[in-house]
Amino acid sequence: MTTAVKAQLAVAALMFAAAPWVIDAAPYEATMGLVYKIYFFHMPSAWMFLIAAIVAGVASARFLFTKRQASDATAVAAAELAVVFGLLALVTGPLWARKAWGVWWVWDPRLTSSLLVFLIFVAYLLLRQFGGPGSDKLSAGLALFGMANVPFVYVSVNYWRTMHPKTSVVPTLPVSMGIPLWYCVFAFLLLFLALLSMRAALERQRMRLDALYLSHDED
Amino acid sequence: MTAFLRVVALVVRKDLTVEVRSLEVLSTTLFFAITVVLLFAFGLVREGVPPDGVAAAILWIAVAFSGTLALGRTFERERQSDTLRALLLAPADRPALYTGKLGGMLLLMALVEAVLVPLVGLFFQAPIFADPLRLAALLAAGTLGFAAIGTLFAAMLVRARSRDVLLPVLLYPMTVPVMIAGVRGTAALFQPEPDPALAQFWLALLVFFDVVFVTLALWTFEPLMTD
Repeated sequence: MTTAVKAQLAVAALMFAAAPWVIDAAPYEATMGLVYKIYFFHMPSAWMFLIAAIVAGVASARFLFTKRQASDATAVAAAELAVVFGLLALVTGPLWARKAWGVWWVWDPRLTSSLLVFLIFVAYLLLRQFGGPGSDKLSAGLALFGMANVPFVYVSVNYWRTMHPKTSVVPTLPVSMGIPLWYCVFAFLLLFLALLSMRAALERQRMRLDALYLSHDED
Repeated sequence: MTAFLRVVALVVRKDLTVEVRSLEVLSTTLFFAITVVLLFAFGLVREGVPPDGVAAAILWIAVAFSGTLALGRTFERERQSDTLRALLLAPADRPALYTGKLGGMLLLMALVEAVLVPLVGLFFQAPIFADPLRLAALLAAGTLGFAAIGTLFAAMLVRARSRDVLLPVLLYPMTVPVMIAGVRGTAALFQPEPDPALAQFWLALLVFFDVVFVTLALWTFEPLMTD
């Protein structure tokens, strides 16, 4: 673990420890009361999910066309984090929706497309786990196609009426709510970056070990 | 360009010759598709009356299920005698090989759909002759999108372990836009008051999907199939 990663992890840990007080300090929202505070963890996880998915797609495309092993390591790390943060967003979302909209789940475009992208990354991990030799390239193809699929998923599920608040809600939030929100986004981002570099480093070491093992076998 | 088309035609002809001699994939896939529709009929029909508006969904689910089966079987045949390797060793453009395999797949699925559509019309009282041209266009565009991704993934999975289960696991989440657009578009034609404008919208989405994913598949087939 490099010093930078250690520092990121330490700061993120401190920020998460202090997060309950920061979120507590934010005022109640007029119509939803206390429940809306799930938002402070829901939105950052959803953003990290999106960032992880984009990182995995771009790294996979690079691996496919340059055959750089390091890109593949980054793609694996990002795909695993996409599943973790996607799960967080998909669990906190219904908890909030139950109170805000009265139902656990609605077939809203953003929810449905998040679920599908989440499923594509679960399939990615299944493929890596059980695909056997050559699955690195296969899963890179899957991630690339998954990324290209996102706009289609979004448009096709957009047919139903949307109930999800638009992204444009963020700049309009009052400062007293905006500060805790950005605080949480920053904490999640630090955690994401630290986990990404740790997992990618681990994957690169595993690849080197595999290569050493193979070359030793040949001797 | 003519060399490209020649390779495509040769690959399609090869697949057709193999298939015509044994009829293995066509007969099993066709029978499977019929059983899927029958299972839906036993699950959904109450007191002899099918529920409203389910015909489009059943048609497309049967297409997706039988398409997966056909893809798996076609490439399993290529794997058994290692003929896919021979095909890849041939001095031909990789994208041409892909297009040839895709063409063979489309022919096979078109034959299956030619049986499926009347069957769904028969069992679920779907008005399949309400707008036959648009229905055919929706099926053609949807099948192309499904087969374009399916052929690429099935070809890649030839070398993978547990490929039988991995193909649907990868293919179904990827082809959700095809399913949504296909089902919604077909349902717009099957409803009591057909809505051609709505069907047209979903058809346009399918065509756009096809263009993007066929291009992407042609572009990535080479790096994906090279060791």
